[in-house]
Parts: sequence; structure tokens; C-alpha cells
Amino acid sequence: MIKGLIGKKIGMTQVFDEAGVAYPVTLIEAGPCYVTQVREPSRDGYAAVQLGFSEANPKRLTGGQLGHLKANELPPLRFLREFRAKSMEVAVGDQIKVDVFAVGERVDVVGTSKGKGFAGGVKRYGFRGGPKTHGQSDRLRAPGSRGSGTTPGRVYKGARGAGHMGSDRVTVQSLKVVLVDAERNLIGLHGAVPGPKGGLIMIKEARKQ
Amino acid sequence: MSNLLKAVEAPVNPNIPELRPGDVVSVHVRIKEGDRERIQEFKGTVIRLRNGGNNQNFTVRRVASNGIGVERTFLLRSPRLDKVVVERHSRVRRAQLYFLRERTGKRARLKQKFD
Repeated sequence: MIKGLIGKKIGMTQVFDEAGVAYPVTLIEAGPCYVTQVREPSRDGYAAVQLGFSEANPKRLTGGQLGHLKANELPPLRFLREFRAKSMEVAVGDQIKVDVFAVGERVDVVGTSKGKGFAGGVKRYGFRGGPKTHGQSDRLRAPGSRGSGTTPGRVYKGARGAGHMGSDRVTVQSLKVVLVDAERNLIGLHGAVPGPKGGLIMIKEARKQ
Repeated sequence: MSNLLKAVEAPVNPNIPELRPGDVVSVHVRIKEGDRERIQEFKGTVIRLRNGGNNQNFTVRRVASNGIGVERTFLLRSPRLDKVVVERHSRVRRAQLYFLRERTGKRARLKQKFD
């Protein structure tokens, strides 16, 4: 069985263990996911499993998406994501539920961070800004110098500055599984997970065990 | 709060009655020392209550020796809370009794409420 799930972030809370210690926990409604395609090294050049999540109104999907799913008699699924696999003991149509993960295991989580819009250097890169006093005006959150002087006479490409921040793919590694509720398709992870509530989340086996 | 968040809430402790700001309470907390467990009592006035599922908590203030104020916050859903005993209610006009921090001696008293 492949260890991967697609889910929806529900929000954060805290739960107590038997000793009474409270842990910060992110709840994710994950699965049931379906195996929608298997990528084989011989044919595709790499080994992976494509999973689908969240049944949707078939009118919401394009003809291509529907055809891809219908060929294997799968329900209309809104989200398809690929997971790299070591062993290929799955067949198209298999269902994967939260119980592939056990309490105490470590997982990596991929999400899309909250969008911050066009952000200045202070927020985006932690620039210190200018001084508040000593005759300054309009310099409080200014970036200061971005480059050198007459040589080279220009700002190097890729220099840090203001720009779009957030809405990036973010991976958080080695989160501990605190809670698995197979009945409600619910999984609880110790700590924060990128993205807003309702955001799409991928859960994978931890790279660093 | 979403229903799924509610689903993982810890059960309500039946040994904790409804608390109000101004109540004089004694809180019995389970404390682990090595492999021995004992119960510690903390007695004082409830100066704040906060809701929020598993994060429900309340703060108890007491004046220790030499007039040093001690405040301790307890998680209402924590399994470490053994029980809470309400000893008296007070007539108070606000939800957070932070004004008690600035008062000492007789001025820090609250009028008892009988019901």
C-alpha cells in the first residue's frame, strides 16, 4: 500500500495525551483517496501513484478529466495528485484511507501557503527598515540599498526586494501523527500545516525518519 | 467551530461545576512526581474564564505570603484537573477581574453573593 493522502485542512486545536500534556494539533480531513493511475518505470520512466480526492459534481470537471476517471470506473474526483512510490503494490481503483498512517508515525506535509499579496521587503525578507527618529521621514519600512555603486551600476538579477509573497508550495517535514479517526476520515498532526483552512493538503511518508 | 473540530474535543470533567468570575474556588490538580501521583490544591478567586473547546481555561488568583499575588491558569478539559470546589460566589460587575491586581488588603475583597 502506498503511504500518501490528499486532504483538506480543517483547523487547529489542542488535544491531551494520557499524561495530560496538551499538544497543538492541526486537523486534516483526508481521504478516502482512490488510485487513479499507476506510473511505471518501464513505461513512464519513474515510479509513482496518482491519487484522486474529493467527489464532485461531474459538471465541474472537464471532459478530459472525466474520461480519465471513467476509463477505470472511478467516481468524479476534483483533485488528482501524484505521489512517488517505492513499491508498486497498488492497482487502479484501490481506495486509500487515513488508516494507512498510524499514531506516532512521522509524515511530511505539502500545502499552499496563505497569499500575502504584494509585500514589502520588511515583511517578505525581514529587512530591518529605516530609523524611526533622527529626522527621518518616509523611511520606516524602506529597503535601503539593493546593490553596489557605479560598478556594476545596476542591481543584480534576483536581488531581494518587494514582490509577491505567499501562495507558494510549502513542505513541512517530520510532523508527528497524533490522532487517526478512520470513521470520520480525520487525521491530526502535531504542529502547524501550511495554508488556509479548507486548503488542499498532501500527506506523505516522512523523508527523514 | 466546525463539527470535525468538535469531534476531537475531550470529554467535560463531571467534577467541575459551572464557574463564574469572582468565585472562590479550590482547584485539585493531579501532580506526578516520578511514578507517584499526588493531588495539589490551589485556592483563590476566579478572575477570568475563557471558552474555546479543548482550550477552555480559567485563571485563579490568590495572595500568597508577604502579599505576593499568584495567578495560575488551568485548562478546563485537562485530565490533570481532579476536581474544582466552589466555596463562595461574589457579586461582581465585570467578566475579567483584573482590577484585583492593583488592590491589596481590605480593598481587594469582593462582596459575597448568596443564591
